[in-house]
Amino acid sequence: MSEAETQVRKIPAPAVTIESKPFWDAAAEGRFLIKRCTDCGEPHWYPRGFCPFCFSENVEWEESPGEGVIYTYSVMYRSPTGPYAIGYVTLNEGPAVLTNFVDCDFSKLAIGQKVKVKFQDTDGGPPAPVFTPV
Amino acid sequence: MSIKGKAYIAGAYEHPLRDAPNVSTAQLHAQCAKGALADAGLSMDDVDGYFCAGDAPGFGAMSMIDYMGLRNIRHMDSTETGGSSYLIHVGHAAQAIAEGKCTVALITLAGRPRQGQGGRPNFGGGKPGTLSDGPPEAGFENIYGGSTHNTYGMCAMRHMYEYGTTSEQLAWIKVAASHHAQWNEHAFLKNVVTVEEVVNSRLIADPLHLLDCCVVTDGGGALIVVSPEIAKSLNRPLVKVIGVGEAPKGPSGGRGLDLTHSGAVWSGPIAFAEAGVTPADMKYASIYDSFTITVLMQLEDLGFCKKGEGGKFVADGNLISGVGKLPFNTDGGGLCNNHPTNRGGITKVIEAVRQLRGEAHPKVQVPNCDLAIAHGTGGSLGTRHGAGTVILERE
Repeated sequence: MSEAETQVRKIPAPAVTIESKPFWDAAAEGRFLIKRCTDCGEPHWYPRGFCPFCFSENVEWEESPGEGVIYTYSVMYRSPTGPYAIGYVTLNEGPAVLTNFVDCDFSKLAIGQKVKVKFQDTDGGPPAPVFTPV
Repeated sequence: MSIKGKAYIAGAYEHPLRDAPNVSTAQLHAQCAKGALADAGLSMDDVDGYFCAGDAPGFGAMSMIDYMGLRNIRHMDSTETGGSSYLIHVGHAAQAIAEGKCTVALITLAGRPRQGQGGRPNFGGGKPGTLSDGPPEAGFENIYGGSTHNTYGMCAMRHMYEYGTTSEQLAWIKVAASHHAQWNEHAFLKNVVTVEEVVNSRLIADPLHLLDCCVVTDGGGALIVVSPEIAKSLNRPLVKVIGVGEAPKGPSGGRGLDLTHSGAVWSGPIAFAEAGVTPADMKYASIYDSFTITVLMQLEDLGFCKKGEGGKFVADGNLISGVGKLPFNTDGGGLCNNHPTNRGGITKVIEAVRQLRGEAHPKVQVPNCDLAIAHGTGGSLGTRHGAGTVILERE
């Protein structure tokens, strides 16, 4: 089990849109960006070209330390490449982010656990944000 | 009954761009929505009906509703007839408004054929080095290996964390379905299982085991919905539609994510209010059962028990016909009988009709079954889904 758990799941290339391109360009530089509305002040995820809370188009990219806690997770065993963990992280800024948990013992994952972003290579695309326990 | 005079067009907006290299198709939809709402003097929170066609990236209307942050939707329509879709949408919107199903309907169209996308959203994954114009969430979600199993697993994990729900309680849902399936000659799985067998089956997506999952089956179904006049002219028992409700749910920009409830918290009350009945009046319930957790969450959300008490509610055979208080999925459900092409909604209605007609298997037929609910969620409870509730009465 422990050997399989250390196996790294290959992440496919993310679909990059004209709207999300700045995020992925920053990811290639190891920077994790979120979007924040300069009218209502709310950050949101996934990043959009407008605020999904007040519909303002005055939104700005903001660099985030990518720190937060695990909201929930599930370790997937129905996988030809070995188990992997999917879950949501509640960022310290507020928004919940769907992601994978890596570099950890899956049996020790827990809701509420502190995690931090890191970037993992994808299959030909820009690196993708994943999270690892602090 | 006519729509004549029942609906008005209050906002109209044509996007000024004719060449749009710098915005996504999803963004164009949002900008058009904003323009039309501004023209009408309304806000996004006034919108309770949303209509789109095949040009809208994503999963039916679900991706755009979540993307735009539409929070109050209780009517959705993604009828696709090509370029005429939006005319038909006006008709459908007027019908929905005339029936009180929504009051402010938003219809959007957008696309970028000049950008080499052929006017069709790209539903595929990322092609390295090229830009996609597909579902806006795809790049941020699809890469993480989310499937129904593990996204529902995430819901179960959080439900256990918040409410102390156990695998044994979830297992009772499969046990009840299996008790029913044994009498269904067509059921994919006919063997009766125990709580121990469910919790000891192999883990698929923690905390869901193999036997927490539905079957994968080919097949299908169909329904005929008719006018009262035709219904009464036919030599069949009268099964009347007395209440319907629908609602989307998504991660909503990531704010206040709560995976312990589904869109049934909105679709259920709308349907019950229209029908003028309560959950306690239901003699039988068809509840979408892609996984055991799906049933538990929806029973809570529909009001059959309080939020967080679903585990206790389903335990000890409470869902078994002739044993418990709420007979459910007496055909064996998706968990044991059938989940044709991974879309179980129609089988939920079919078994409710059998029950109301008194045509269910004698071993599972609910005596004097005159009120029933059929309810389902589609998509994923862990990301975005649509909930549909139908209340039926035997006349």
